[in-house]
Amino acid sequence: MNSGNAKTLTAAPKGVAFALAGSGGSGVMTAGTTLLAGAANAGVYGLMVRTSGPQIRGGEAAALVRLADRPVDTLGDTFDLLLAIDWGNTHRFADEVPLTARSVIVGDPDEGEPPEVFLATGARYVPLPMKKMAKAIPGSWVNMVALGFAGAMAGFPQEALEAAVRADWKRGETALAANLAALAAGFAAERGITPPIAVPPVPRTEAGAKQRWSISGNEAAGFGAIRGGVRYVAAYPITPATELLEWMAPALAKVGGTLLQAEDELASINMIIGGSFGGVPSLTATAGPGLALMAEGIGLAVASETPVVIVDVMRGGPSTGIPAKSEQSDLSFAVSGLHGDAPRLVLAPSSIADCATTTQWAVYLAEKLQAPAIVLSDQFLGQSRAIIDPPADSGLRAERLKAEANAADYKRYRNTESGVSPMAVPGTPGVTYTADGLEHTEAAVPSSNSRDHQLQLDKRERKLARFDYGDAWADIDGDGDAAVITFGSTSAAVREAVARARAEGVHVRLIAMRLLAPAQPEKLAKALEGVRHVMVVEQNHGGQFLRYLRGHFDLPAKPVGYHRPGPLPLRPGEVHKAIAEWRKAA
Amino acid sequence: MNDVATCEQLTAANFKSAVKPVWCPGCGDYSVLSSITKALAMIGKPPHEVGVVSGIGCSSRIPAYTSCYGFHGVHGRALAAATGLKVARPDLTVLVTGGDGDGYSIGGNHFLHACRRNVDLTYIVMDNHVYGMTKGQPSPTTEPDWDSKLAPGGTKIRVFHPLVVALAAGANFVGRAFAGDPNGTAALIAQAIRHPGFSFVEILSPCVTFRPEQKEWKSMVRPAPVEKTDDPVLAARRVMTDDGMNIGVLYAGNRPCYELDYGRSPKSVADLEMEFRV
Repeated sequence: MNSGNAKTLTAAPKGVAFALAGSGGSGVMTAGTTLLAGAANAGVYGLMVRTSGPQIRGGEAAALVRLADRPVDTLGDTFDLLLAIDWGNTHRFADEVPLTARSVIVGDPDEGEPPEVFLATGARYVPLPMKKMAKAIPGSWVNMVALGFAGAMAGFPQEALEAAVRADWKRGETALAANLAALAAGFAAERGITPPIAVPPVPRTEAGAKQRWSISGNEAAGFGAIRGGVRYVAAYPITPATELLEWMAPALAKVGGTLLQAEDELASINMIIGGSFGGVPSLTATAGPGLALMAEGIGLAVASETPVVIVDVMRGGPSTGIPAKSEQSDLSFAVSGLHGDAPRLVLAPSSIADCATTTQWAVYLAEKLQAPAIVLSDQFLGQSRAIIDPPADSGLRAERLKAEANAADYKRYRNTESGVSPMAVPGTPGVTYTADGLEHTEAAVPSSNSRDHQLQLDKRERKLARFDYGDAWADIDGDGDAAVITFGSTSAAVREAVARARAEGVHVRLIAMRLLAPAQPEKLAKALEGVRHVMVVEQNHGGQFLRYLRGHFDLPAKPVGYHRPGPLPLRPGEVHKAIAEWRKAA
Repeated sequence: MNDVATCEQLTAANFKSAVKPVWCPGCGDYSVLSSITKALAMIGKPPHEVGVVSGIGCSSRIPAYTSCYGFHGVHGRALAAATGLKVARPDLTVLVTGGDGDGYSIGGNHFLHACRRNVDLTYIVMDNHVYGMTKGQPSPTTEPDWDSKLAPGGTKIRVFHPLVVALAAGANFVGRAFAGDPNGTAALIAQAIRHPGFSFVEILSPCVTFRPEQKEWKSMVRPAPVEKTDDPVLAARRVMTDDGMNIGVLYAGNRPCYELDYGRSPKSVADLEMEFRV
């Protein structure tokens, strides 16, 4: 299994980071996605993170775009450019868009001065009358001027940007011509600035010739699910998981599946349990509040041994928390938040591309082991868009062990050696049974007998514990006597931090865990051979991953934790600094 | 399990399992179980092509007492699980069984949405106006002055009116039956199964243990004095003004079912990749 990213961390990505801001409707998001597509045309990789104020519509918004010579799944530490079509309430982005004295601020002088919080960084202010420029070309939009300017600053050929505009154009030819002219005006304006803006162009790669994808983590997770064989989805809308469902609804219809919008999350989890009982690989997607509502249903999937996949696109919690911002704070709930002894699978993708690969694996494992699998994505992975190399198809498909028609002495919950017992699919004659959340005998008859309880608890634990998960349980890189362990979304920032540390001669091993439950202590012990110092990096307030590792794995003495909550994403620089200080102290 | 895969004439016995019910002697649910198996024999689909789904409660034990594919889920979520099963497997006949607490209290939201969604399901509620499995607490259909340990002197809350709610929410078939009339109940269930869309059958099923006075229902029920209607407004007015003892089909509508559109010309998964390409 491949996470879709280079596994050998020799150097940090080279590139630029732009923030395109403006009030709602100014078109900065379109400018951002088109810039990303232009980057792909120009032979570079990129990442775009959307950020906006709390308003449903309107209000300030920004597209945070990082362009680099290799796939990137994290923002950098600072931004080279803040371009604002208007200033509105953009001062609210000050924490999200850190500038330095080397940064450039571009603003329309007719919209007033940039907010003091940005000017105070010492960044160079370049006024650009974008609205007047667009007005001079009837039928053109101001965001195309901004796109041209940003593309020129990244060092892209103008044709790469034009091709990106054309590829996604949904209006007439006249409007297209006008907007290509606006793009050209923005492009020329950047080239005419004196003294020139000194940002090194993003190095092109040979990847330009290869087929690449523009995809969000939510789309990737949905795609991976369908690739794995999911054909039924029931779900309730919730930020930041909704786009996953909106992508899947038409996609499922195309491949002969269906998506049903449930009345609530209690319904969605029970609906997919019903669908899966019917033999169809089933999935739901939600965020923390929905996962909490689903807890009883997930326990039912455990007890009735019904395969289901739950993608939890984590957001700031507890309660309603910070709905549109990222956090890894559902980990404790995912690994231990069900009543009774309830073994379950918990997986976490480590990049946008890996959302496809890991979700596909989750479908395979859930079906193979007849158990619920929770995939811990998060808002950052889910709602960010990246240029990626197409994630390879692992070939893993839903393969459920099914009972044959009229099988002799059929017992649905037979105590097999592997713990997995053939599941009769409705419609199959001679092997009918009643699936039950009540404890049951091997023959699926409700039972409160102590032997039956012990036997079935052992069976459900054994089938997950004995399975060979292979090498995909973690991405492991490097050697040395110090190791950084992380999981999920933060893997990207940690990868970059480790690369920077190595460039300075600080060698640490990186272990980015993909399979979180069932715990694989032997595998981690092997990965930690020779390691005497451990740092655990994660994005939540309480250090949930560190606690989980300490509870279920053997770690070297005194593991160190680096963790903080959202809403700001973990940046490579802060992790790099933490690693440097930790190694210095050792 | 007595499943059969032959085309021989099916009888009620073909739909019974060997599992012994947990119910109290005299419970109305015995005869409802018998009516369900009779109805399934009338429909004539073999047990392995029928799904029986339930939540939690005395009457929710029914799936294991049949020879069909059963699903005994968690409290209140039977309609959700059944909706998932039917939407994923439209070829199956899907019945949902449960009680008044499971369906109208903890599962109330699913009841509303199952009615309006109109998936082709048959929902059979054995209403005894009490929580029997937890030993005698008031349910949504319990009279406001019924005394119990949990609500001394009564809940003082007006009763929930499931048939009116079902009509308002869009159920496509509404009927009322009495457990003490097993043949009439079987015929009503068979009609409900045959009727497309969401069919709701409320069965007065006495709890002789916690509501012994319900033994009197036998002398109180009567066939509905008027023919069924396809007008939900008329049906709702009738069930709001009767004494709750009229049995028979009360409403049979003709709303279109939930559409199960499985992409008539399925594409390959590889085709989905096209939209990501840049």
